[in-house]
Amino acid sequence: MDFRETMEEKYREALSTYLSEQTENALYQGQKLSRKTIEYKVSPEEIISLHKSILMDIFPETPAKVMHSLDFLLEVMIGYGNAYREHQSLRHEQQELKSELEIATNVQHTLLDTKIPDFDGIEIGVISVPAKHMNGDYYHFVQDENECIGVAIADVIGKGIPAALCMSMIKYAMDSLPETGNAPSDVLESLNRVVEQNVDPSMFITMFYGLYNPHNHIFSYASAGHEPGFYYEAATGKFRDLDAKGLLLGVNKKTKYRAYEKLVEPGDMIILLSDGVTECRTEEGFIERETLIQYIQNNIHLCAQEIVNNIYKQLEKLQHFQLRDDFTLIILKREV
Amino acid sequence: MNISIDVKDIDSQVRVSVKGEIDAYTAPKLRETIFPLSEKENVNMVIDLTEVAYMDSTGLGVFVGLFKSIRSHDGEFRLVGLSERLRRLFEITGLADIIDIKSDTEGGLE
Repeated sequence: MDFRETMEEKYREALSTYLSEQTENALYQGQKLSRKTIEYKVSPEEIISLHKSILMDIFPETPAKVMHSLDFLLEVMIGYGNAYREHQSLRHEQQELKSELEIATNVQHTLLDTKIPDFDGIEIGVISVPAKHMNGDYYHFVQDENECIGVAIADVIGKGIPAALCMSMIKYAMDSLPETGNAPSDVLESLNRVVEQNVDPSMFITMFYGLYNPHNHIFSYASAGHEPGFYYEAATGKFRDLDAKGLLLGVNKKTKYRAYEKLVEPGDMIILLSDGVTECRTEEGFIERETLIQYIQNNIHLCAQEIVNNIYKQLEKLQHFQLRDDFTLIILKREV
Repeated sequence: MNISIDVKDIDSQVRVSVKGEIDAYTAPKLRETIFPLSEKENVNMVIDLTEVAYMDSTGLGVFVGLFKSIRSHDGEFRLVGLSERLRRLFEITGLADIIDIKSDTEGGLE
């Protein structure tokens, strides 16, 4: 039987019992009943109206003023009833959005998925973790017909869903580039034109693009305002900044990007990162680049993937497992 | 997460002082407050960041947007009082070459 049909009977019983004995248990029946009425979406004003008619029935000598006061209470409760219904419908919408977001996250994974090239001579380690559902960081590997490995790391200024959508556009633009002979500076120049024309005027992208040639071991690279990475020289055991100058993508469509080159010796490492790595805040302030180098140094005997995993774990712990920004760290190591 | 933005018009120059943190939460407020001012012709705007304790890349986005808007209205735009950390952010992103961040706070009054 529908609850609503028996509700009046149950309410009458509970109220009568309470009016006659005023025990804890009788009062508790009212609380129990309210769980049911909430479940069946009975509004507060309906309850008061029910209360009034039952009271009139079982206790007809109730003073008129008390009855009038219940009409007054009913009027006041209408506002609460409306707020409650609004809350219910917002909750419902929120659940819908949440499941849409989950689907979007999966779509993004599929769209931005990149295969990490696996081949002799160079070892690659990658970790990329979003601060929220969707990742505004992006990395991309591509291997061309000459076996050169292209690596891109990018960060959209802005976070969350808009940033993630913007990244999907960049990925699409990269996939449309010719398959071979893409000098990093040319790649950035052509992506810059895409971003400048298509993206919201307050949305910008930083990107580092590098191309490793396994035949002569030359790493050529260019940067569009991206946080500089590091270069580790195995012969001296020293780290230095992988400096490259260039304007953010999307500010000026005529921007030219400078090309840089570096000869990679056996054991040398190229370390690329997003600003989520250096914007990592701890109680004592920001993490310094020197501290990061120290972390890498401590793990240098490990393989590239283990190094990035360990550094992420350490930084995550420092921030009490609360990432503020998307985090991406890539290491390319020429095997000895 | 708090920010306070103070806007003063002195001798046909719009002087904005920002205090607090500029991040994903406070950037919309900053944008809403300053953006309308950037859309007047020939505006001369100076933003003082001396009391900005923290700014992430979202804040950078606001300033680039402002710069582009002011430039398209033939105005002038300057940022003053940048901490070393902020200065580095503008240098890495290449923005230091196109936005004037070099003058110090006092220079704003010359």
